[in-house]
Amino acid sequence: MGWACLEIDAAMSLLEIRDVSLAFGGVKALTGVSLAVEEGTVTSVIGPNGAGKTSLYNVISGFYRPQSGAVAFAGADITLVKANRRAALGMARTFQNIALFRGLTVLDNIKLGAHHYLKSGVLPAAWYIGSAAREEAQLRGKIERDIVDLLHLADFRDAPVSALSYGLQKRVELARALAMRPKLLMLDEPVAGMNREEKEDMARYILDVREEWGVTVLLIEHDMGMVMDLSDQIHVLNFGQKLSSGTPDQVRADPAVIEAYLGEG
Amino acid sequence: MSFSLDLVGPRAGIAPSNYRATAAWLDSGERRLGLALLLGLLALFPFVAGDYLVYLACVAAMTVVSVIGLNILTGYTGLLSIGHAAFNGIGAYSCAVATVKFGWPFWLAVPFGGLMAAFAGLIVGLPSLRIKGLYLAIATLAAQYLFLFAAQHWESVTGGDRGFQVAPASFFGIRLDSDMRLYWLIMPVTVLMCLAAHNLFRTRIGRSFIAVRERDYSAEVLGIDLLRTKLLAFAIASFYAGIAGALMAYFFKVVNPEQYTFTASIFQLTAIIVGGLGSVLGSILGALFMVAVPEILKAVVSALAGADAVKGAIMLASARELVFGLLIVGFLLFEPFGLAEIVRRARVSLQMWPFKT
Amino acid sequence: MNLFIEYSMVGIASGGMYALMALGFVLVFKGTGVFNFAQGELMMLGAYIFLSVNQLAGLHWSIALLATVLFALLTGVLIERTVLRALAGQPLLSIVMATVGLGLVLKGAAGLIWGQEQRTLPELVPRKPIFIGDILIPGAVFWSFVISMAVIAACLLYFRFTRGGVTMRAAASSQVNAYAVGINVPVISALTWGLAAAAGGFAGVLLAAINNLTPHLGDLALSVLAVLIVGGLDSLAGVIVGGLIIGWLQSMTGAYLGGQYREIMPFIVVLAVLLVRPHGLFGRKEIERI
Repeated sequence: MGWACLEIDAAMSLLEIRDVSLAFGGVKALTGVSLAVEEGTVTSVIGPNGAGKTSLYNVISGFYRPQSGAVAFAGADITLVKANRRAALGMARTFQNIALFRGLTVLDNIKLGAHHYLKSGVLPAAWYIGSAAREEAQLRGKIERDIVDLLHLADFRDAPVSALSYGLQKRVELARALAMRPKLLMLDEPVAGMNREEKEDMARYILDVREEWGVTVLLIEHDMGMVMDLSDQIHVLNFGQKLSSGTPDQVRADPAVIEAYLGEG
Repeated sequence: MSFSLDLVGPRAGIAPSNYRATAAWLDSGERRLGLALLLGLLALFPFVAGDYLVYLACVAAMTVVSVIGLNILTGYTGLLSIGHAAFNGIGAYSCAVATVKFGWPFWLAVPFGGLMAAFAGLIVGLPSLRIKGLYLAIATLAAQYLFLFAAQHWESVTGGDRGFQVAPASFFGIRLDSDMRLYWLIMPVTVLMCLAAHNLFRTRIGRSFIAVRERDYSAEVLGIDLLRTKLLAFAIASFYAGIAGALMAYFFKVVNPEQYTFTASIFQLTAIIVGGLGSVLGSILGALFMVAVPEILKAVVSALAGADAVKGAIMLASARELVFGLLIVGFLLFEPFGLAEIVRRARVSLQMWPFKT
Repeated sequence: MNLFIEYSMVGIASGGMYALMALGFVLVFKGTGVFNFAQGELMMLGAYIFLSVNQLAGLHWSIALLATVLFALLTGVLIERTVLRALAGQPLLSIVMATVGLGLVLKGAAGLIWGQEQRTLPELVPRKPIFIGDILIPGAVFWSFVISMAVIAACLLYFRFTRGGVTMRAAASSQVNAYAVGINVPVISALTWGLAAAAGGFAGVLLAAINNLTPHLGDLALSVLAVLIVGGLDSLAGVIVGGLIIGWLQSMTGAYLGGQYREIMPFIVVLAVLLVRPHGLFGRKEIERI
């Protein structure tokens, strides 16, 4: 039982990946990956396409169970915790190809982020009385105050998500993740496909969220400018293995990273 | 090999959440007035309408209850069920047995029918742990046939193919033995069940159903337990079906397997497609429409068949199948969001008038 | 023991008919990803066309059979072009219900055209029983087994060795790649439906020749759900194995548990298999990507 006897460091990281390996049939997606995300930082995972970044996210979210290794969150081993139980622990994420609920309005999508700390049962809900009505009203107020204003979504709150532009949808997905009130916010290519202005807005939002909410951010992104600007710490993956780690400057100067990105020669 | 796993397209199931939606459900004066007007009409209806219309109203009301249940499961949660009538049957038989064999009053027997159906729904929903989409639909179809088999062959309880008679319910000594009297049981229950469904989709539970339909992995990340949510949807849907079935037992005064066949399940699926998937209003419109169509057909066919009653009856059965089939295909191709969408468009253009036509 | 063997032989032989009935479902599912709930009604329609050409127009049965297969083929193509193609990319519920609706249309139309009374088709298969050793197998069961196996084998060979068959397989395994190598996917889809409908029409004639013909003949097709679930919805070889297994099981249940359990057994098998091995014995398991 490797995960049971993990030693927890005194100065523990919010998230620790320890020697994680993952394979589908014979295809190795991750091999012996270890990395840590310190509380309060913006930490990025970069690497060429197919390097295993999204697989790593899926391991952290609990969709894939690694064949070996462990994932620890806030000091507790969560390797075997089911995906839907990780929300309550304080983990939130967005998806590479926006995974919003297209038929619902912006507001309902954001409200769904709060699902895990709402408690009302079927009967109060059916009569919309007591706890259910109170809970919904409180939630609405909180979302309006904390999230809709912060992310400038007031004009779109009642629009169905499917009617929004791509960039706005990405912002709504961030809003939904924030409604989960996470300790760790995992973003998967938050600015992919955006124009310059939208990218700058999104970077601003990410920094705002960290400042105002004290949320730790884990980031997968191909936009190197953004990664270098935002990150405190960067981990580089290549072919499912960790290639390098360090501050933006250290990573930028690492010959192994340069080679992986530019090819041999 | 690319059949889509999400069952209903975008847009279906947009909760009507305007800015005031967080207050009580009778939030705006306009709505309160509308509801009061509707309730008044429903209360007046039996005094002005003839016997046959009251009969039809009762049938339509029970259909509405059951169809809302199916829409919660299939339209809102995206779990295709081809065996909904089996849960009507379980509700009907449970209620009938409780009335006839245990001598329970209707206010115990009807909820009992609903709860037994909900319990059966939980069991049928269990495979959704592992299977979804088409395979789950096939499982519900198999459950439909298992129910029919039990109804036909477990004779000591069900009375076999002939079924058995159900004694009328009584309320403070008044025997609810006519359609007119049963109206006062059926219609209030229907109104309450409609309101309950409407409210459900303004809270976390309703939202989680839609989330599971639209993107199950994304729902999981938000902390939604897929199996629990699906089971809850099955239980609520079957509860609605069971209540409808229990009312049917009193209304038709007999329960037998013929009432709860595969055909009845398809009838209800047709209603949610015609009415609008993922919409309570759509469920109501669809159910009303599906009760009205055979009546219109009956008039047409009897005009065509003339005096020959037997020939007319045979023609009617085929004509119904043909028309239901055409309705399904026609709505899917030309108005996939159903009557509810037509009503919505009409409402919008009414509000825009006279600026836009 | 002898009785057991006799029941087994008859059961397995009657499974041939199931396999043939299941063939049309598999062709369409494999080719286009649609589960066609109207397949049974296509069978029924085929049988009525045969009846009309053979008895009402008084033509030889071979001509009637040819006409049936051609007519069914056209019907299949027509259904694909008018309904299924318009619904491509729509959610599962729409597609499933469209086929259910088509089934109702065919059944209702057949009722209005040909009436509800029972019709009898000429005896296409010899009724004379066949003896294998001292085991008696009813002629209809034996010959329908032989014919079914021949048709399925022909299908398998077609997909394996002919250009058209390979093209269809390519389109089935990846529509995008098929487009990329210049295969006309829409035409292939229409042909797949046509082929499945033709197989259904043929099966319908055979089935109606053994039983009787009413507009409800198609209802029998639901009982082959078990065959499909056991064999896998997308496996031609699975159809044969599934058909034989279900035929055998049904014969056994009939013999040892009593007649009324025959009808329900397939559905119990469906539930059991779905719980244990949802993609069947030969079907392909789908891997979901996030």
